[in-house]
Amino acid sequence: MASTITSPASADDRVSARSLGARLLSRPEIGSLVGAAVILVFFLIAAPPFREINNTGTILYQAALIGVMAVPVSLLMIGGEFDLSAGVAVTTSGLTAGLFAYQFSVNVWVGVIVALALSLAIGTFNGWLLMRTGLPSFLVTLGTFFILQGLNIAVTRLASGAVASNSISDMDGFSAAKALFASEFKLGGVTIKIIVVWWIVFVAIAAWVLLKTQIGNWIFAVGGDAAAARAVGVPVRKVKIGLFMTVGFFAWFTGMQLLFVQNGVVQSGEGVGKEFLYIIAAVVGGCLLTGGYGSVVGGAIGALIFGMVQLGVVYAGWNPDWFKAFLGVMLLLATIVNLVVKNKAEAR
Amino acid sequence: MVRWQKKAVAAVAAVALAAALAACSSSGGKQSEQSSGGSGGNVADTPRMKVALITHSGAGDTFWDIVRRGAEAAAKKDNIELQYSADPDGAAQANLVQTAIDSKVDGIAVTLNKPDAVIPNVKKAIAAGIPVTILNGGLDQWKTTGALGYFGQDERIAGQATGEKLKQLGAKKVLCVIHEQGNVSLEARCQGIKDKLPTTENVNVNGTDQPGTQATLTSKLQQDKTADYVVALNAGIALTAVQAAKDAGSSAKIGSFDMSKEMAKAVADGTVQFAVDQQPYLQGYLAIDAIWLYKTNGNTIGGGEATLTGPAFIDKSNIAAVQKFAEAGTR
Repeated sequence: MASTITSPASADDRVSARSLGARLLSRPEIGSLVGAAVILVFFLIAAPPFREINNTGTILYQAALIGVMAVPVSLLMIGGEFDLSAGVAVTTSGLTAGLFAYQFSVNVWVGVIVALALSLAIGTFNGWLLMRTGLPSFLVTLGTFFILQGLNIAVTRLASGAVASNSISDMDGFSAAKALFASEFKLGGVTIKIIVVWWIVFVAIAAWVLLKTQIGNWIFAVGGDAAAARAVGVPVRKVKIGLFMTVGFFAWFTGMQLLFVQNGVVQSGEGVGKEFLYIIAAVVGGCLLTGGYGSVVGGAIGALIFGMVQLGVVYAGWNPDWFKAFLGVMLLLATIVNLVVKNKAEAR
Repeated sequence: MVRWQKKAVAAVAAVALAAALAACSSSGGKQSEQSSGGSGGNVADTPRMKVALITHSGAGDTFWDIVRRGAEAAAKKDNIELQYSADPDGAAQANLVQTAIDSKVDGIAVTLNKPDAVIPNVKKAIAAGIPVTILNGGLDQWKTTGALGYFGQDERIAGQATGEKLKQLGAKKVLCVIHEQGNVSLEARCQGIKDKLPTTENVNVNGTDQPGTQATLTSKLQQDKTADYVVALNAGIALTAVQAAKDAGSSAKIGSFDMSKEMAKAVADGTVQFAVDQQPYLQGYLAIDAIWLYKTNGNTIGGGEATLTGPAFIDKSNIAAVQKFAEAGTR
């Protein structure tokens, strides 16, 4: 299967017995790791509150908000596809759970499960339509993006009479669901939001699947060259639909976090533009825009870079007018360091 | 669809349905919702008119939903067919005004928060004999267009009044949260606060990203321990700020602009100290009613001057009078 990897780094790190250092350097995420270290050191110097251990929880939370969705988006990108509907799909899921539970006056968990079914169905639809029509995923998911954006607002207004879902905070099951999706705990003085823990768990599972299982091999294969993969017996269709369903699953999870962290109310206009942040995290983390190369851990580091820069600018107390400009410069800086390190690694 | 996927979807749906049947919530939900009894009222017997309301609202924004409700109430009473459209992009909003002219409406109510883009088409509409009213934004420019009237608040004055209020409340260092970078009205509010309290500092957040906003505000409060007041410029951001202050372990109090169902509750229970209400329902209502009055009786509300709909301060002392209307989504 390794022969189907069409990455510039043609060395196969699975079978050769090279030194640990060389193997480390040939990993896709190594560049972003160095980038993250540079950003970290920069803000440790520039922003005094960045040094306080108590504030680490806030930074990790910011990173996890993007990072959870960066997991399936990285996998999907390695599999050679995009999902532009990922941002609003999160809102769709949150709205569905809230509206369903409220309108039918049922236990909150019922809404949560209905939302899961819908999110998986959206993913399946994206993948199925993609395989059925052979259109680029850019177009298919752009369509879904608009459909969901419109449905979010239209259905919310039909159901609740307003543009936000009704609050479900006083309904049965709310506190238990909140504990699962949006609680927090103290760890040596640092407040950790539970989504951070879930994020780490998700990254670990996804990285294991990608690197150690046959499904992982299939994902690399369909992203590298779908036709060649099909020729050697990889179930391309199942893999791609499965990847979109994975995005659906994580959109559901993030949607539940959104719903339960803001007291059971979701604004129907939210989520637009978030899909790019997920893609940015994956790309900063070393996933190729053309597919077939990348890593889940890289995507996580990309999200961490984004979170550190976003809050670092605030912690440094810089004039907020410049916020976006700082953000852009830092991201470019991180990606360039990423690129330089990767080129160096490949030159070895 | 592959068979196993069909099975999976069917299984999840079946589980959901079964759970739904067995799992009714004993509290909350639609079952406990009170019917707020709509008022019948009489409809004017003046000829049917078509009026366009064109705003710069992004999709799914609670504030603009209330404006629209006010406009719809006036339209219903005045026997007007209301055509609502909105686009946050200045050029696109201007184009919507052109569309209204093309479809020969009897009147246009429009926001001028992106004045440079929209004013040329407003002038075109007036030249074509269509009466135009301005609402919410454009206080400095509306007169030059030849519009019938203006319904909104002076954002700078609203900010200054808020600054005075904060001073009375003993605020020393205020964080003013701008949820849409580059929005003229929001900047004017913060500037107004700064006029009265020079230590005021602006914070930029992305208003359509609630968890991200929360993390940004938390980090700001962690960074600036002297901040004792956070002023949000809409209700949703204010409630996020409450959570952020809690997360940061900050004792900063929260003030806000605008009203909503949740905001009314927060003011009543003291988690938010005050809300500056510019009465969006009234803005929508008057902008439409003014066109009807002009068409049927030649009246101009405000007599050539701007009609200010705010700022009205809502705090614990007067929330009782407002809460009922906020619950119904009209305040």
